[in-house]
Amino acid sequence: MTDGQPSAVQCDGISVQLGEQFALQHVSMSIPVGAFCTILGPNGGGKSTFLRVLLGLQAVTRGSVQLFDAPISAVNPRRIGTVPQSKRYDQNFPARALDVVATGIHGKWSFRLDETTRASCLQALDRVGLRSLADRRVGVLSGGELQRVYLARALVRQPELLLLDEPATGMDVRSEADLHSILEDYQTDHTATVVMVSHDWSTAKHHSSHIMLLNSTLRWSGASTDGPDDEVMREVFGHRGHMHPMTQVGCTHG
Amino acid sequence: MDDFYWLVLAPALCGGTLIALVSAWVGVFVVQRGLSFVGAGLAHAAFGGVALGVLWGIEPLYVALPFTMLVASLVVFIRNRTGLQSDTAIGILFTSAMALGMIVFPQDNAAGPMSYLFGDILLVRWFDCIAAAVLVFVALGSMRLWSSWAYATFDKDQAKADGLPVTRHDMYLILFIAATVVVSIKLVGIVLTSALLIIPPATARLCTRTFSGMTVVALFISGITVPAGLMLSALYSWPSGASIIAIQALVFTGAALLKRS
Repeated sequence: MTDGQPSAVQCDGISVQLGEQFALQHVSMSIPVGAFCTILGPNGGGKSTFLRVLLGLQAVTRGSVQLFDAPISAVNPRRIGTVPQSKRYDQNFPARALDVVATGIHGKWSFRLDETTRASCLQALDRVGLRSLADRRVGVLSGGELQRVYLARALVRQPELLLLDEPATGMDVRSEADLHSILEDYQTDHTATVVMVSHDWSTAKHHSSHIMLLNSTLRWSGASTDGPDDEVMREVFGHRGHMHPMTQVGCTHG
Repeated sequence: MDDFYWLVLAPALCGGTLIALVSAWVGVFVVQRGLSFVGAGLAHAAFGGVALGVLWGIEPLYVALPFTMLVASLVVFIRNRTGLQSDTAIGILFTSAMALGMIVFPQDNAAGPMSYLFGDILLVRWFDCIAAAVLVFVALGSMRLWSSWAYATFDKDQAKADGLPVTRHDMYLILFIAATVVVSIKLVGIVLTSALLIIPPATARLCTRTFSGMTVVALFISGITVPAGLMLSALYSWPSGASIIAIQALVFTGAALLKRS
């Protein structure tokens, strides 16, 4: 996929076994620096596991992974921003949205936010439209608001690689459109690489430069202007793919 | 109060205040991580070590400390090795250690098992103050760990993704809880030790919106209520542990009633 360009993500024959099952099998691929890559696939297809591997949260059973031409353990975590799909956070933890965003800057919990940190966090929350909720307790935020807090947290550290696991979960159509516009602006401004897991084929085609189809094995990857043929789509999804209601009309497959 | 009382009370007040601060410092994590049963379990497990110390005629703290830390390590080991929940592992180990303690505790000892089970200020010596002071120094040394523990308490995955050695730091935390529990046994007793870890942080949780605020308020509540409880204990000859916990329970009740829903 890189065509000689430097790669942000490079996987060589990775397999991940979870219990008796293989979540990923023999996945080899690379994502060039500056790409917007959307990973599509059915439920249980290994998409989230793949992101957990890139975050260093899931060890591979076989194969190797490199980020920016270095092993994951050697990469400074501050170069990576992430929005997880399932938030495994403690909802009763006494924390404001501001405190959560600050972890994006310091990579640890802050006892006290200094003025610079506070200003950067407010700016990040402003970017995702949540400045007014900065002092709200995270436990009472809606699903969509929480997604945006985590997005602000991911963006505030100005990462070179953004890993997003279904970031639009819980968002209404307007917020989802805002999300894509924020991501595109960020990517343009910082030449960042974005790897996003999604179920939505037409959104992927609209916003991504690259697409990967993952169903335990890598079924297809390439430029979003191309696309897998109908047979591959049927094989992976059982039909031609999930269509976003807003973009269904006029969307074409390669 | 005459001089005798002050002579007895001085080490208890000094050691008690230091233990109060350490208990609150580590207790905010006990409360927020739902480790209350681990705190109570380790305190009960410590009785096995105390009994062995009394049996061998050496300072109980010398045996109870490594004994309880071993139990704490075994809890983590059993959980990781067998996939059983922490509460199951601690349930098995604390009852076994408690049973061992009841079997080996010498029947003819002046300070019977009840003194260790419910606390007795007459048992507290200056040596225990030194132990508590060492624990305070360890707590001061662990101030950098507060940020890591807090982050992992909020979201373990994100803390790991940010490169924090969460598993190792969790081990430090449980060992620190074990040490705090052992050092506070003489003061409040095995049965009530976990309350020191739980009530002040839980009260602070009701009054604050941030985790750092919760930590500071817990330190304040604990630092005030423990000496107050000890004074009550000396004035009315009540058991020291029960007096401290009674005051803390009152403060908690007040905070719970005043809390806006």
